[in-house]
Amino acid sequence: MRISEFANPSRFLRAASLTIPWLGGATVILFAFALYRAMLAPEDYQQGATVKIMFLHVPSAWLGMLCWGLMTVAALGTLVWRHPLADVTAKAAAPLGAAFTLLCLVTGSLWGRPEWGTYWVWDARLTSELILFLLYLGVIALWRTVEDVSRAARAVAILTLVGAIDLPIIKFSVDWWNTLHQGASVFRLGGSTIDPAILVPLLLMAAAFTLLFVTLLLAAMRNEILRRRVRTLRLLQASAAG
Amino acid sequence: MQATAHIEFIVAAYGASVVVIVALIAWVMLDYRLQRRILAELETKGVSRRSARESADE
Repeated sequence: MRISEFANPSRFLRAASLTIPWLGGATVILFAFALYRAMLAPEDYQQGATVKIMFLHVPSAWLGMLCWGLMTVAALGTLVWRHPLADVTAKAAAPLGAAFTLLCLVTGSLWGRPEWGTYWVWDARLTSELILFLLYLGVIALWRTVEDVSRAARAVAILTLVGAIDLPIIKFSVDWWNTLHQGASVFRLGGSTIDPAILVPLLLMAAAFTLLFVTLLLAAMRNEILRRRVRTLRLLQASAAG
Repeated sequence: MQATAHIEFIVAAYGASVVVIVALIAWVMLDYRLQRRILAELETKGVSRRSARESADE
């Protein structure tokens, strides 16, 4: 089966209906195991028990950026290849990305208060992450504002490509500017600086969050395809009545 | 037994995560039910897509 055949919405619906229950089950199992390992993780020598907030904050931050990266590829799919599932993916992904970015900001603030003495600073990393959240809200608003789906898809694709500039700014903000936020400690040249007793549960939680994201994305894409079918049928009904 | 320092911030972070994740799951599930219900109502009224009619005729 060629990958282009999978682009057919009807085939996608059949494939999604088969895989979503299995992915949902795998997500529950992986979350249970990852949370168990996270609860058993030792306290950090500097952060103490608040290191457990990192098991939520770091995966949320990664997913917020990963989701915009996925939307950027989908934007190219809409503008360049006119792939039938590209704008479906972009529209379904935006609320998920917004939710995970919001979670990153909230958990970061809850970690910052005991560790930095403040919930918020206008630091380059925090500010660029807040801009990402606002970009997600902009994309969601644009989808709701423009009634014509194909016009909305093109407008959203352009905004997504422009917004992708924020991704390297978030990633390298801790290197380019003097920030309160700590530098890279997981994926860096020379290896992670985190002890395996904390790194392993962190990576397990990241895997569980990612599996949750994939499951929710497939389910949201399925909903979007059904919503477009409803719209088509209503147009047919209206034209038959007229 | 010593109480864990800053436990209120940890509980708040996990509580916020549960709220966000449960809200996402509920949104996806309720939206799926809604779209399926509307599609079923439209098909009951005899409105169907051309491709669906063609596959039914075969």
